[in-house]
Amino acid sequence: MTEFLGYERPDGSVGVRNYLLVIAPIDCSYEPARKIADQVPGAVAVTQTHGCGADSMLVHNLVGTALNPNVAGVLIVGLGCETLTGEMLMEQIEPSGKPVHNITIQELGGTLRTHEAGVRLLQEMAQDAAKLRREPFPVSKLTLAVECGGSDATSGLAANPAVGVAADTLIDEGGSVIFGETQEMSGTQHLLARRAVNDQVAKDVYTIIEAQEARLKAMGVDSRWMSKGNIDGGLTTIEEKSLGAVRKGGTKPVQGVLFNDWDRFGRPSGPGLYIMDGTGWDVPSVTHMVAAGAQVVCFTTGAGSTTGHAIAPVIKVTGNPQTYAKMTDNMDINAGTILDGSESLNSVGHRIFQMIVDTANGRLTKAEALGYHDYIVFRRSREAEHLLGHC
Amino acid sequence: MKAIQIDDRDNVATVTGAVAKGEAVEVLSPDGKVILKAKPLEDIAFGHKLSLRRIRKGEEIIKYGEVIGVASRAIPAGEWVHTHNVDSARLKTSGEEVRGVTV
Repeated sequence: MTEFLGYERPDGSVGVRNYLLVIAPIDCSYEPARKIADQVPGAVAVTQTHGCGADSMLVHNLVGTALNPNVAGVLIVGLGCETLTGEMLMEQIEPSGKPVHNITIQELGGTLRTHEAGVRLLQEMAQDAAKLRREPFPVSKLTLAVECGGSDATSGLAANPAVGVAADTLIDEGGSVIFGETQEMSGTQHLLARRAVNDQVAKDVYTIIEAQEARLKAMGVDSRWMSKGNIDGGLTTIEEKSLGAVRKGGTKPVQGVLFNDWDRFGRPSGPGLYIMDGTGWDVPSVTHMVAAGAQVVCFTTGAGSTTGHAIAPVIKVTGNPQTYAKMTDNMDINAGTILDGSESLNSVGHRIFQMIVDTANGRLTKAEALGYHDYIVFRRSREAEHLLGHC
Repeated sequence: MKAIQIDDRDNVATVTGAVAKGEAVEVLSPDGKVILKAKPLEDIAFGHKLSLRRIRKGEEIIKYGEVIGVASRAIPAGEWVHTHNVDSARLKTSGEEVRGVTV
């Protein structure tokens, strides 16, 4: 059994980082919140940019991020008149046993007083968080999110299958893996459904992929369509095109579909592979999977990507040797060695698994070492979903 | 030139560079073992596929360990595999496909 060194949280979950999360429930208070976070090492500020409402899709993501075991403590900095109040968030975060504080700018009387109050609260939480020691835990305590962005012809050939090998290895050791980007699964529903552990999960696979095909159709896009570029590049059928993306999740049975709507926010309920019904937009997709509990992210790219995350390490894997050479300050793993035959697919997969463990142990990814803390909350249009008959 | 078999179950491999007609191609398994030495009868572009064995008409084409299509004609070993000899096997309706799932 492979072990990693992590931080145990009061609810028994295990983090690989020890962040203090500063949440601005609305963008009105984000600038002051960010300056408060800047003052204290290990603190990072996040917000949502969908306006003043208490939309449950936003709440799920913000609360999910706070509940992620990579977070040691939470400070909510609100303006004071927002619909989504700090109390609403606290109520869902407090059961985790983590320290949570809530302050508002209007109540404290301006941003300078808020800054002082916020920094004092963070300072104390930072001192306590620093006392925590990493202890050994089995990798079965890990949930890995896999994502792809900036794909090219090498993605389906090298980076995605190699990450799939690492995903399979983690699941063999009792861990969990989440993959999303529903629109990229178009054409594979019958194949993914066949891998479902039961009929309900198989039906769920159809439900989310067909709903996404309907959304795209409403925008005049047929996601089942193959472009001339796809065919010239060697992709023969829609199944092959989509499987190239899906393979980053590995080959294990599908344990469940993690829904993401106004009533449900799915999280893995046990070990194994889970499909998240999510956006194909990179940063919100990663944000969403981390909110569902992933402590580590593997991100495959062909052309290159810089994506990091507010509270989770993002390991960048490219199958394109030119991209690895050109963007070496952003790429963690060169899977391009598969292309010239100098390294086997399985060997690269094992190297990625080892990097997941090293990263969980505390080694910084390139994105972390450059201080990239991407965070964007995705929300579907409720009006459009209603018109499409999805809610 | 090399070609990669992505999953042990696959009956096609993807070439990792442009292959000229008659050029020797070494096909590597996921473990890096040479499982076939092919000499294709036509040029094969980067990212395209060749067959690892003879595939009968109507037989499934397997890549990523999954069915990516069905052979629309017989394909000899080492041949270029693409839209001219493969059709999509995608089923269009949801009801039937769910029934095949074993719990």
